[in-house]
Amino acid sequence: MFEYAQAAVEGALAAGATYADARVVHAREERIDVQNDTVQALDRTEQAGVGVRALYGSSWGFFATPELTSRRARRAGERAAEIAKASALVPGPPLEFADVPLVDATYETPFQEDPFTVGLSDKVDLLLEVNRIVGAVDGIAIAQSGMTFWDTDKWFVSSQGHRIHQHLVESGGGFDATAVGEREIQRRSYPQSFGQFETGGYEVVRRWDFLGNAQRIAEEAAALLSADEMDERETALILESSQLALQIHESVGHAIELDRILGWEAAFAGTSHLELSRLGTHRYGSDLMNITADATLPGALGTFGYDDEGTAAQRVDIVKDGIWVGVLSGRDTAAIAGLPPGGMVRADGYNRLPMVRMTNVGLLPGDSSLEEIIADTKDGVYMATNRSWSIDDKRLNFQFGCEIAWEVKDGKLGRMLKNPTYTGITPQFWATLDRLAGEDEWVFWGTPNCGKGQPMQVAHTGHPASPARFSQVRVGVRA
Amino acid sequence: MSRASDLVDATLAKVPSGVDADVRASVGNLALTRFANGFIHQNVAEDSETLSLRVAVDGRVALATTTNTSTDGLDALVDSAIAAARLSPVDPDWPGPAPAAAVPGIEHFDPATADASPRERAERVRSFVDAGAGLLAAGYCETSGGEIVFANTAGQRAEGRSSQAILDGIHQTPTSAGSGHAAGASLASLDAGAVGSLAARRARESADPFDLKPGEYEVVLAPECVATIAVFMAFYGFNAKMHLEGRSFAEIGETQFDERFSIWDDVTDDRAMGVPFDAEGTPKRKVEFVSDGTTVGLAHDRRTARKAGTESTGHYGPGSESYGPFPTNVFVGGGDRSVDDLIAEVDRGLYVATFNYCRVLDPKSLSVTGLTRNGTFMIENGRITGAVTNLRFTQSFVAALAPGRVLGVGTDGRFADSEFGAGFIHAPSMRLAGWNFTGGASG
Repeated sequence: MFEYAQAAVEGALAAGATYADARVVHAREERIDVQNDTVQALDRTEQAGVGVRALYGSSWGFFATPELTSRRARRAGERAAEIAKASALVPGPPLEFADVPLVDATYETPFQEDPFTVGLSDKVDLLLEVNRIVGAVDGIAIAQSGMTFWDTDKWFVSSQGHRIHQHLVESGGGFDATAVGEREIQRRSYPQSFGQFETGGYEVVRRWDFLGNAQRIAEEAAALLSADEMDERETALILESSQLALQIHESVGHAIELDRILGWEAAFAGTSHLELSRLGTHRYGSDLMNITADATLPGALGTFGYDDEGTAAQRVDIVKDGIWVGVLSGRDTAAIAGLPPGGMVRADGYNRLPMVRMTNVGLLPGDSSLEEIIADTKDGVYMATNRSWSIDDKRLNFQFGCEIAWEVKDGKLGRMLKNPTYTGITPQFWATLDRLAGEDEWVFWGTPNCGKGQPMQVAHTGHPASPARFSQVRVGVRA
Repeated sequence: MSRASDLVDATLAKVPSGVDADVRASVGNLALTRFANGFIHQNVAEDSETLSLRVAVDGRVALATTTNTSTDGLDALVDSAIAAARLSPVDPDWPGPAPAAAVPGIEHFDPATADASPRERAERVRSFVDAGAGLLAAGYCETSGGEIVFANTAGQRAEGRSSQAILDGIHQTPTSAGSGHAAGASLASLDAGAVGSLAARRARESADPFDLKPGEYEVVLAPECVATIAVFMAFYGFNAKMHLEGRSFAEIGETQFDERFSIWDDVTDDRAMGVPFDAEGTPKRKVEFVSDGTTVGLAHDRRTARKAGTESTGHYGPGSESYGPFPTNVFVGGGDRSVDDLIAEVDRGLYVATFNYCRVLDPKSLSVTGLTRNGTFMIENGRITGAVTNLRFTQSFVAALAPGRVLGVGTDGRFADSEFGAGFIHAPSMRLAGWNFTGGASG
């Protein structure tokens, strides 16, 4: 497949590009979705093609085709260069590319059990059994379960001499129980909303023990219908780790994307409250807050060998002892900011332009435990599993809804509460982080549906997190 | 014969007898020129060929999709779909393939838009940017076009072409932003200068905003806001799967909304975009969801129609088995007021240009949280008197449109961007009696 990528690069250079890179991608996806006792979707998707990026002056062009022949690949390179020349009608400032080592390399996701060779009936039988257990609980109207697997090969070539082949395998799934009341709907999900996804094989599904958790999750969903509503007030908030993972994703992960900070996403996803001039001095949160972007974590969903510009995966400090110290970057954004490139540029398939994406942006664990945190809380609430998420275009003003909560009184979990929400402003919220569970409860949560860019691109990102407490948060906001 | 037609026929010929099959080929192109900080920073295009095959083997159903349209690719597609179906349990809700039926003879296709060059898109960007001298521009210009061909083993065949052009952008001052948007089947119909001028005016007028205390305010919502309300209602309410599962707010026959509110789906409208049949090959037809405040209909695909004992309205799309049928040619009924009239009738309230990052808290009441963006203005005594910082709201969209709550509807209906994207919601401005703002810039 390298020959097609090479032909695309040569086509772009021959048409006047000063730099070009190309990716041939062959990707397979299998998605199974089961509702109650019916397989709603059993979808298999295969996507293959070549995408080429060309630089002309300070302007970029990108073209993609699904036709994998040397002639079409070369023509795709020429088209990319033509588009770059059209971009020059509305040109930007001179563009530099941060240097990275030229590599000729391969990378493969470590996995134990190829998810595409596990019998389809084994997968479907497991999901049907989960739904049977969930659906047998009084009050449950809908039992939903699913799995998705991805197997992706990428061949990358650049005009500077990169030549990289990667084979990435990602697996996961989950289930949820929905209880429908007269005027409301309550839902509980496992392992988290939308399921849990990791790099690896079918062992990911086996490890999360869907069957062992089905009864509990269903009973919680049914119980929520008769639970009390949460009062609106300010109080201590303890977050279960998957909800904290999404909090990190939205209020840190997107805010530290250097393309957003530079204004490149202004019209769609928005910008950032962060200003580069304050890198190294801006207080993002309390001293307990240590965030890294680490694309090398074994098993995490945002792990790979090289990004789609050919830069090696790496760990970058983002927040250290509460101070903002790092960003997510690629070769062009890093050059503008005068920073080393972070190897965080990825594309959603052969036909999308590589752009700055989160890798595994996570909160390093502390030294406590959820049990200790609850025991140490006189008055507060414990919220688990995301239900809704919303944040403004500078990643400041957020509001999250969770599936379930319990009040915490005098160090013990009390009443179950439904429709829990909390809201805040990013730096003020993180400043109240005062307890953090340790490595034993540190989970590499995966987000398989991070949207960004136009045309829309969906990225797979990871967010390590352990349960944490925030001392003073507004909770219980409702319509 | 077209390329899409050839692919469909070649695939169908490979399906063994006795197997039900839907085949759908989409052949076309998509190009998007994106700008930020006043220059084009991303500029992409692709040729695409996608082939989907849904098969049912003795009631066992599977779907396979590929971009590999070589002979080997087609063989693999058929083998993969049938192998998966054979291993699947019987689907008790499988409705069978759509019967042969005539498709509306309408085409929303402009060849010049489908063939638009990167230079033509760049020229629109230039016009948008130039309309905001001294401001910082960002946005995109998109063109696309292509053909979709569908055929199945029950004898249904449908072919259609469509094109789409979108210009969307903002201008920014150091303290504010303003947006403009236009979409249609023809790039030539978009006035980039006018879109840029509106964005620039909104940006300048919303500069130096002040913080407003959250609370309930009367509002005039621009078409982008109304489009977002409409798209949430369509997905969570007028979706027959949600309704069958008890998750929808819709109560057929009930006057749930103000008499000024009507909403429907109609691909046969000259202004609409897309092809006049769905991905199951069912011809699309006009479906009314709310007529003068009364809920009257739902969007169906073949699966939900079978369960509900009715007929598909032609609203199946990829993923509908999981998420339900979804309307893509939605119109919100217009009124008799200009935007200036709507504002003039407000004693104290807010004018909101766009909503941002809306998410559902409860689908049954369609309680949603989100924010204002790209222009939020104070209205006092019928006049805009200043700009306010973006606000967070937590609001039931159903309650906001309840009887007596819609105080006026604009004459300015157009395709507007929505939370789910551009090009499929046509909406006017609207004046509502109240909107529950639950947070501001300081939380």
